[in-house]
Amino acid sequence: MSLEQSGVPTVAVHTHVFARLAQSVALANGMPTTRQAYVPQPLVGMTADGLRGYIQGIDPINEKPFMQELIEGLSAPLNDNDLTGTSFERPSEKFLGADTEDNLRQLFEDNHWTDFMPIVLPTEERIEAMLAGTSHPPDEVVGRLRPTAFREFWEFDVEKVAVNAVMAGARPEYLPVILAHAASGVSARSSSTTSFACYSVVNGPVRGEIGMSDGIGAMGPHNHANVAIGRAYNLLSMNLQGGSEPGDTYMGSLGNPLNYSMTFPEAEERSPWQPLHVQKGFKAEASAVSVFFGGRYTIAGFGPRETWAEQFKRAIAACQHNMPPVLVVDPITARQFVDLGFDTKEKLSAWIAENGTLPAAEYWDDLWVQTLQLPMAKAGVAPYAAKLEAAPEEEVTLFEAKDINIVVTGGETQGAWKLIAGRLGESATVSVDDWR
Amino acid sequence: MAGKIKVHDPRGFAPMVTGKTLAPRLQSLDGKVVYLVDCLFDNSEVFMDQLQQWFAENMPAVEARMIKPRASWVDDPDMRSKIEADGNAAILGVGL
Repeated sequence: MSLEQSGVPTVAVHTHVFARLAQSVALANGMPTTRQAYVPQPLVGMTADGLRGYIQGIDPINEKPFMQELIEGLSAPLNDNDLTGTSFERPSEKFLGADTEDNLRQLFEDNHWTDFMPIVLPTEERIEAMLAGTSHPPDEVVGRLRPTAFREFWEFDVEKVAVNAVMAGARPEYLPVILAHAASGVSARSSSTTSFACYSVVNGPVRGEIGMSDGIGAMGPHNHANVAIGRAYNLLSMNLQGGSEPGDTYMGSLGNPLNYSMTFPEAEERSPWQPLHVQKGFKAEASAVSVFFGGRYTIAGFGPRETWAEQFKRAIAACQHNMPPVLVVDPITARQFVDLGFDTKEKLSAWIAENGTLPAAEYWDDLWVQTLQLPMAKAGVAPYAAKLEAAPEEEVTLFEAKDINIVVTGGETQGAWKLIAGRLGESATVSVDDWR
Repeated sequence: MAGKIKVHDPRGFAPMVTGKTLAPRLQSLDGKVVYLVDCLFDNSEVFMDQLQQWFAENMPAVEARMIKPRASWVDDPDMRSKIEADGNAAILGVGL
């Protein structure tokens, strides 16, 4: 669309499953008549001959020959709509029209404003009570979110966050933690075809103040605060960014169960290591939330036992190559790693980075490594450029130590660990105290 | 109004949309440079290569040039500048 504005006629080609999304984005950019042409899904795995068939075939959305769509898109005269574009406002009302509880629940479901589990309807009284959980005024802008990089940002204030917190069943004392999630700028509802999810780790005194659990089942649905905060983060991400509706604002092919809720505190008092928020520059007595973007894979194990190093190497090599893991460990496991000489998280992160390797040929034969990292490698960007020079059978490392975070939680009923896809952005550890 | 309740709208504030004009179209593609922008998604390079071959075989008067952004999912001002300076039209694909 930038090229069109620069005077270059363009046609954008998509696969047919993206038609609704492509048209929605064009409308939101004020250019609903942007020329779009479509080929069948998929492109992945198709031979050159198969793709030539798409080119010589029929556009499945516009029902015209594909090449005719391209040629006419660049050379057919414009009409009045092309010359004016479409301007409009999308005002957000404070209240919806009054209705019965049953009808309102149906309205919320019909509009994809819920996760299809029962919600608490956000009445005026409930919002007022929720807002008592922060000193910030209801109309203070908290931030902006969007489902993906090619969509526009939507803005939201404290009151809108409170509305979604009520819907999730949260209590007023959770609101500063929920506001910190919202202020992270990281949407828990990415529209990526790869089915991302976000999960979050809470550190500092607020964990005890609001009754979060870092004990048995810390990552599961066993504590009201843990669950309600994680659910509120997902609901607010959906509703404050403009939706998370399949086919339009959500395109994750498989979906992700972590999109319901996953927030848990670090077991700082039972951890032998520095808490996560202190690693990120906060004081120990401060409270903070760290929002991890990923959630695409989970690999679990127990130990470390005698052959732990080999088992860990295999587990790290199984992680998707462009998405670093978070190592979540039970305190039992953390202490065992200390006994092995890993007396800081940083030492263990360094070991994982050094020992998580694959032959270069396997590393580069990954969809997202090719899509995202190969162009950087060809441009000489470290550390990817060196990997590109490696022989096919030569082992290359997958991750950098700075990208591998470690969190201690759990009830010590088992020496368990998990590797969970999770990237922590530089500004994704957010103060809770700033939102009290 | 008996039995009816009033609840908050859970949605955020969408920005205002300002209409934009499409670029003037070409009268003909003959003799023109059409950039084929490979968006770097899986197999899009093969697709664009086939598209380039189609132009060569069926519309040889069109110069279809392949071009790639510096990375996927990022705006590439240098690539856009090159298309604006040297090209008459562009086909982007495959993906958003």
